[in-house]
Amino acid sequence: MKHKPIIFRLLETDKGGRYFLAVILALMVIVPFCNLVVPETSAFHMSTYVVTLVGKYLTYALLAISLDLVWGYLGILSLGHGAFFGLGGYAMGMYLMRQIGDRGVYGHPVLPDFMVFLNYKELPWFWHGFDMFWFAFIMIFFVPGLLAFVFGWLAFRSRVTGVYLSIITQALTYALMLAFFRNNFGFGGNNGLTDFKDILGFDLQSDATRVALFICSGLAVILGYLICKFIVQSRLGSLVTAIRDSEGRVRALGYRDEYIKLFVFVVAAMLAGLAGALYVPQVGIINPGEFSPINSIEMVIWVAIGGRGTLYGAALGAVVVNFAKTYFTAAAPEVWLFMLGGLFVFVTLFLPKGIVGAVKNFASKSGKKIEPDANKANVG
Amino acid sequence: MRKEVLLLKSMLLAVLILFIPQIGLSADKIKVGVLHSLSGTMAISETTLKDTVLMMVEEQNKAGGLLGKELEAVVVDPASDWPLFAEKMRELIEVHKVDVVFGCWTSVSRKSVLPVVEELNGLLFYPVQYEGEESSKNVFYTGAAPNQQAIPAVDYLMNEVGAERWVLAGTDYVYPRTTNKILESYLKQKGVAEEDIMINYTPFGHSDWQTIVSDIKSFGSAGKKTAVVSTINGDANVPFYKELGNQGISAEDIPVVAFSVGEEELSGIDTGPLVGHLAAWNYFMSAESDANDEFIEAWHGFIGDEDRVTNDPMEATYIGFKMWAKAVEKVGTTDVDTVRPALYGIEVPNLTGGTAVMHSNHHLSKPVLIGEIQDDGQFDIVWSTDGEVEGDAWTDWLPESKVIVADWTDPINCGNYNTETKKCSGQNY
Amino acid sequence: MMKLYFVMLFLFVFPAQNIFANESSESINSLDSSFELLTSKSFSDKTKAIEAISESGHPSALGILSSLLDGKLYYGKKDKKIVKIEKIDSKIFKTFDPLNNDSLGEKKKRELRKVGINNKLRGLLNEKIAKLTIFSEDKKTRLQATRNILKNLNPSSVEIIRNAVKQESDADVRELMQICIYAADAQSNDREIKLNAIRSLSGSLYPEIGILLDKLNTEQLAKSEKDTELLEALDESIESTKLKKGFYKQIENIFFGLSLGSVLLLAAVGLAITFGVMGVINMAHGEMLMLGAYTTFVIQQLMPNAIEYSLFIAIPAAFIFTGLVGIGIERGVIRYLYGRPLETLLATFGLSLILQQAVRSIFSPLNRSVITPDWMSGSYEFNPALSLTYNRMYIVLFALLVLFALLWLLKKTSFGLQMRAVTQNRNMAKAMGIRTNWVDSLTFGLGSGIAGVGGVALSQLTNVGPNLGQAYIVDSFMVVVFGGVGNLWGTFFGAMTLGIANKFMEPFTGAVFAKILVLIFIILFIQKYPRGMFALKGRAAES
Repeated sequence: MKHKPIIFRLLETDKGGRYFLAVILALMVIVPFCNLVVPETSAFHMSTYVVTLVGKYLTYALLAISLDLVWGYLGILSLGHGAFFGLGGYAMGMYLMRQIGDRGVYGHPVLPDFMVFLNYKELPWFWHGFDMFWFAFIMIFFVPGLLAFVFGWLAFRSRVTGVYLSIITQALTYALMLAFFRNNFGFGGNNGLTDFKDILGFDLQSDATRVALFICSGLAVILGYLICKFIVQSRLGSLVTAIRDSEGRVRALGYRDEYIKLFVFVVAAMLAGLAGALYVPQVGIINPGEFSPINSIEMVIWVAIGGRGTLYGAALGAVVVNFAKTYFTAAAPEVWLFMLGGLFVFVTLFLPKGIVGAVKNFASKSGKKIEPDANKANVG
Repeated sequence: MRKEVLLLKSMLLAVLILFIPQIGLSADKIKVGVLHSLSGTMAISETTLKDTVLMMVEEQNKAGGLLGKELEAVVVDPASDWPLFAEKMRELIEVHKVDVVFGCWTSVSRKSVLPVVEELNGLLFYPVQYEGEESSKNVFYTGAAPNQQAIPAVDYLMNEVGAERWVLAGTDYVYPRTTNKILESYLKQKGVAEEDIMINYTPFGHSDWQTIVSDIKSFGSAGKKTAVVSTINGDANVPFYKELGNQGISAEDIPVVAFSVGEEELSGIDTGPLVGHLAAWNYFMSAESDANDEFIEAWHGFIGDEDRVTNDPMEATYIGFKMWAKAVEKVGTTDVDTVRPALYGIEVPNLTGGTAVMHSNHHLSKPVLIGEIQDDGQFDIVWSTDGEVEGDAWTDWLPESKVIVADWTDPINCGNYNTETKKCSGQNY
Repeated sequence: MMKLYFVMLFLFVFPAQNIFANESSESINSLDSSFELLTSKSFSDKTKAIEAISESGHPSALGILSSLLDGKLYYGKKDKKIVKIEKIDSKIFKTFDPLNNDSLGEKKKRELRKVGINNKLRGLLNEKIAKLTIFSEDKKTRLQATRNILKNLNPSSVEIIRNAVKQESDADVRELMQICIYAADAQSNDREIKLNAIRSLSGSLYPEIGILLDKLNTEQLAKSEKDTELLEALDESIESTKLKKGFYKQIENIFFGLSLGSVLLLAAVGLAITFGVMGVINMAHGEMLMLGAYTTFVIQQLMPNAIEYSLFIAIPAAFIFTGLVGIGIERGVIRYLYGRPLETLLATFGLSLILQQAVRSIFSPLNRSVITPDWMSGSYEFNPALSLTYNRMYIVLFALLVLFALLWLLKKTSFGLQMRAVTQNRNMAKAMGIRTNWVDSLTFGLGSGIAGVGGVALSQLTNVGPNLGQAYIVDSFMVVVFGGVGNLWGTFFGAMTLGIANKFMEPFTGAVFAKILVLIFIILFIQKYPRGMFALKGRAAES
């Protein structure tokens, strides 16, 4: 009962956040109900397609929230956030691969099919332990966290900032992509990990498992949101924003800014890892494409479109962009890139603070008070 | 806080988002799904196949449709994004309720949709040469298996060209890895020594071939006739061939036989310096037969461009479509479980002459042709197998897959039946 | 007397004519039968035909064989008559009689079928043509012929060389011929000749000689009675060859690195302006490269008869076209975003998607074929172990040219001065009366235009397709950041360092791993030097 007040305190001043969490909760009720209980003939039946689709959106939303934490609040434009997402995904994928056991096509009791095929005689050392869920679960956080720690420790200590930092995060994810593409790296090369059978003993292809994963994703989004919210509203959070706005002054005041940055960066990486881990069983494949620099850039765009520095805005952006993608790729397969590209340009030019900013702006214009535009001072 | 209003609003919003994708169904047409990338890296190859399916659908409709119903193509764009392939496959089957899907190019895209198409009991025709080691109940493979492309090509080089030293160069993904593994094993069984085989992998879209081509050149100047077996994929080929030409490696010195370079890839290259290099396929546009002439004419008419070429995966799409239509007509329904067994033994004339037969391992019998690149971007067929070669899902040249067979008819009724343990493995549906 | 004279003449001329006519009709006959063999599907028949034609001594034999090699011999589908063709376009050919080059009128391609040859026949043809051209007037032809003979040395061709070398006037050709002879002598049974030949072959870089020496060495080692002198000579020759080859390999590697560096430089130098100087995170930069490459394609389509000169038109055309597109982008989008660099990323990424799809819609998603002009094809052979490709050499030169032109523009012109003023202190520049808007547009246009020029160069190396830009965008950013944002020399040294590092690692690690190592190197380098190789000093660095 001690937690309740904290949640309330976190959401007290956060109207958008309340809406956001309510929508997620509503989804967590409606989707399972419409998928499992409502009969298939009914107009309100929700197909498994929609469940996995929305489940995927939710993991993207979590990813966007974690990215917004580092970009929107800490001011670090990470063009390599996909690296953490991918690593979390691979950790989960490795667990799922080990779960296949001897049901692979070659029937080897331990080795996944691609290893049998590439003449592996025994399991590489880094694959050990992934047959146990708890181990994989730790790794989902540990591996992205460790990478973020090492990378951040090096980068923040030597005060790499701005575009230099952005570009080396890009180099990081690019290097990982190339490495994972290599078949002798031991992660299945270009094909990645696929053909999963079950998770914790539950059949991945059954609707109930899918719905359970969906609910987990929903919970993860809520949890992730609250964690991020907690960080930014705490005393640490004030420092975080202060670093974004003027790092030099924070340093001059005697704070060890690199530790604060490191902490937030690692937390964000872990959340991204969790998003990746939930993503993999729902889409059924993880491959090095997730590490591609373009993917990471797209993530940044979700956040920008939704509205950076609001957390729920980032989540909204992820859902909007991906929904647009899903819709356009089917409705206008030949020209959808025009529409998506146009959307990006439109949002940058006309909604500089993203959808959330536009809505807020609209509300304040039509309503009570007019906030001075903080950005204006920088323009020109 | 007025919680009720908040909750109500949120639920409304959620419902709105969820049901939009489900709008837009129409009935009483036979739906043909097309799952080829129209954007991203693979658009280069796959767009043509989308057009081929559209052409086949149009022709079928002109001929009165199928079972008295009109065919309707449902095109989606999986954008060369592999997880998106799985999602789009699910959308096609669950939302659009298509009866059959023609699609995929890369191995990873096929692997990505495989669980979905098996779970939903769909029907996929996969039209590209691939690495084998697979036979799914719900997938028909109309491209070449390794024994229908790689092995005959190597035989040709060994017997007709006299190659004794081999460079196996490929892009680092599963198809080249598998093909090269099979070839390495095959070559060693034919008595080629370890040091006479050089294997090299490069990443996708590799563009700087200077070092590798120079290595091939020095590897090839050891006194034995050297041949390059290239499984280099799509985009990387242009710079590779340009470098070959510029470094003066001519086909007489070191012939390159490619498994992923067809007429369409050549249409983006100046073929002058490449004359004489080889490719192995089951179809070449230059094949002389009436069926081929008709097909080319129809294609030019459909696409409205006399200069567009045809290629092997197009023929595979053509054969797959014809087979499916024939099977549907035979059993009078598009129901997957009825059509599937009806496909076994179905015969469709090849565009190169002869007939293609669908076997119960879901692979085709096809002739294998070797062509030499000409300066007009076409291939001159210099060799072909005597008859059709039956596609083998599980290669006989590797110990672990030698014991496995695929047969989707009784009594085996399984895609990977181990003849030693008498068991089927990897089935979960 | 006159009568006698006439009779004599009659007797003299006629038999001679007769003999001549006979011989000629005989050879025509034999060519006829060879021609018949050429229309056969079997390659062994064609082999016989080629042998027969080359030995016929017919004056047109050489012409026929080279037309066959060039794929210019066709035969009628119906009458099976062999003709030589010249292409008018892809559908209609001019045809000629291969025996005397008399015109036989125009024919449609459909009526004809090509006399197909395979690689084996190509080799044979090369050998036969070499024998026929060893006495040619042209030095290059003789050199080529000798080279071809060396490739497949046999006793009959060695005899020809022995004869040819006596009347050879050119030193280069004679040297090569001498090597052929030594190569033959090295296999002789006479020990003295053999020894001498082996010693003379020391340090020869021809791969055939290397193979021969290795073969002789194994032969000698296999013998029960070792001939130490011979073995020593062999060892010495092989060693000296190896040493030389190793040396040239290093030179080649450096060149590979420089050329990769130049490609990176050309790809990145436009970005060094739009991103480095203006601070726009220009994700559409790759598409500017792509537009430049497509401009080359369009120019070549417009002037199909003057491909040799097309690049000279394409370079300014690409500069102007992509420059205008760049100015359009700046006016339409980017000028609203100054001071918000991260948002330029978003907008330009959107633009890059649009441009890609636009190209896909206009030119189809297929790759387009950009022809490499003859003067850029092939390679310059310094010696048999070292040959550098022309296109790479031109690209190295071109990259340097572009770099220096840009440096000149920035440092020596008033536009360059204004540009630097605006980037260093916008407000101050404005106060000094510089039209900053105008300078911004032109600067972005310049960066885009230079990217377009880079695209022209890339079109000579790689695919011209909608994905061209995507392939280079990440590398371009790496180069600019590694070199130091805002410094052209940084971009230059960055590109060259990365290019050479990549190429020196590649032989040990493979292409992929080399690239991964380079990326890790960049990451670590930036940790050590957070502002790149050439960091800007002073106030500009803080912004």
